[in-house]
Amino acid sequence: MKYAFSFLAVIALILIAGLGSQIPGMQYFFGVAIPYLAIMLFVGGFVYRVMQWAKSPVPFSIPTTCGQGASLDFIKQDKLDCPTKTSEVVARMFLEIFLFRSLFRNTKSEIHNGPKVTYESSKWLWLFGLLFHYSFLLIVIRHMRLFIDPIPFWLSAIESVDSMLQIGAPTLYLSSVTLLGGIALLFGRRLVNRHVRYISLNNDYFPLVLIFAIALTGILMRYFLRNNIDIITIKTLAMGLVTFSPVISAKIGAIFYIHLFLVSILLAYFPFSKLMHMGGVFMSPTRNMANDSRAKRHINPWNDPEIKPHSYAGYEDEFREFMVDAGIPVEKELSAVQDEA
Amino acid sequence: MYNKGTIIPGLIIFVLFVTFPIWFNGLKAGTLPKPELPPGGEKKCVMPVEYMRANHMQLLNEWRDNVLRDDNRTVVTVEGKPYRKGLQMACMNCHSNKEKFCDNCHAYTAVKPYCWDCHLTPKEAASKEVTH
Repeated sequence: MKYAFSFLAVIALILIAGLGSQIPGMQYFFGVAIPYLAIMLFVGGFVYRVMQWAKSPVPFSIPTTCGQGASLDFIKQDKLDCPTKTSEVVARMFLEIFLFRSLFRNTKSEIHNGPKVTYESSKWLWLFGLLFHYSFLLIVIRHMRLFIDPIPFWLSAIESVDSMLQIGAPTLYLSSVTLLGGIALLFGRRLVNRHVRYISLNNDYFPLVLIFAIALTGILMRYFLRNNIDIITIKTLAMGLVTFSPVISAKIGAIFYIHLFLVSILLAYFPFSKLMHMGGVFMSPTRNMANDSRAKRHINPWNDPEIKPHSYAGYEDEFREFMVDAGIPVEKELSAVQDEA
Repeated sequence: MYNKGTIIPGLIIFVLFVTFPIWFNGLKAGTLPKPELPPGGEKKCVMPVEYMRANHMQLLNEWRDNVLRDDNRTVVTVEGKPYRKGLQMACMNCHSNKEKFCDNCHAYTAVKPYCWDCHLTPKEAASKEVTH
């Protein structure tokens, strides 16, 4: 029941915002103060985490090599899986970041009677992961209609494409459905798949439950709990936030404050959690290094420049007498050295 | 700090993305939409103002389904005044200027209702001859 805590935490957050925003005068706290605080924590925390990573040395050349490395001319190199040039690394990173290529190559190992181990291609995580991330991106972009004025053409275009099935009024966004579908699988697999369930922790469940609650409150606000949800009031508040002159010009329903509070929590939680894979994917040495350690020497930044290279010949020169005394074989005998001198 | 040349530009791009609405608007909040009240001076609608503000699209959708799909054209009577279910037959009678009433808020919030794929605005209706 590890996941129960995440649900309880999110329910507590919903209660805090739902009840708190109904106290007279607290609308500015939940509508203005908390969002500002959250976005500052998000940007500040994100930059801080990336800087901390940037300060950490990479002692060894550790790209993951998943294919044939550069070798003799007649052996074909796998340029994406064992890149040696920056351009190949960029191509590999691009596919990783935009198409989750390493998840696409995911295999599932199973033990059958025999005993016999099989490795089968498993694309579910890739498919739903991609669906989830792109839906989320689309939703974030779509929300920009509340933060910018006048609304540019491309934003209206995204909006129309996302609601092209024209279901209901306000029209159903396809990304809302695909986001929920994505979360359902990402959460479900942590419950159903024994291996993943075993390694899942609260900090795996919590972001999923939180994002689920954000999507749910958003959907409820748009389609069902529309009392006092006047989009003009909401856009006025959002425009006020991004022009540093926030106003809450009329009463807004509690569901809006719950949605906003949960988003603020997500933003504030982001830099201190696994969600930092958003920045981390760019920073992972196993992906962003070229496998060229045979062509270029990778210098460990930890190396103390005071410590000079020490050859074996030099070592033997330093310790020859002691080595001979101890009966350790030497390349140049003591007598030979004395002859030279 | 290692790899400054890529990490610092990367962080700058990130901050620019996150602060997009701030620099894109240039700290100008834009003008609030002011939908034109019925020129005829009517004060009553089928539902109170707050309800209409938040739910008019759902009411219109319901009417659309009633009339076109369920053949339910029951006239809605509010405080003795009958309203036929229809955008052109009821709403636009009072809110006669689509450009000044509907479009005002819809443009502000990037809402593109598909009412006008089939319906004619009063302006368009006036300029076209009846063909049926």
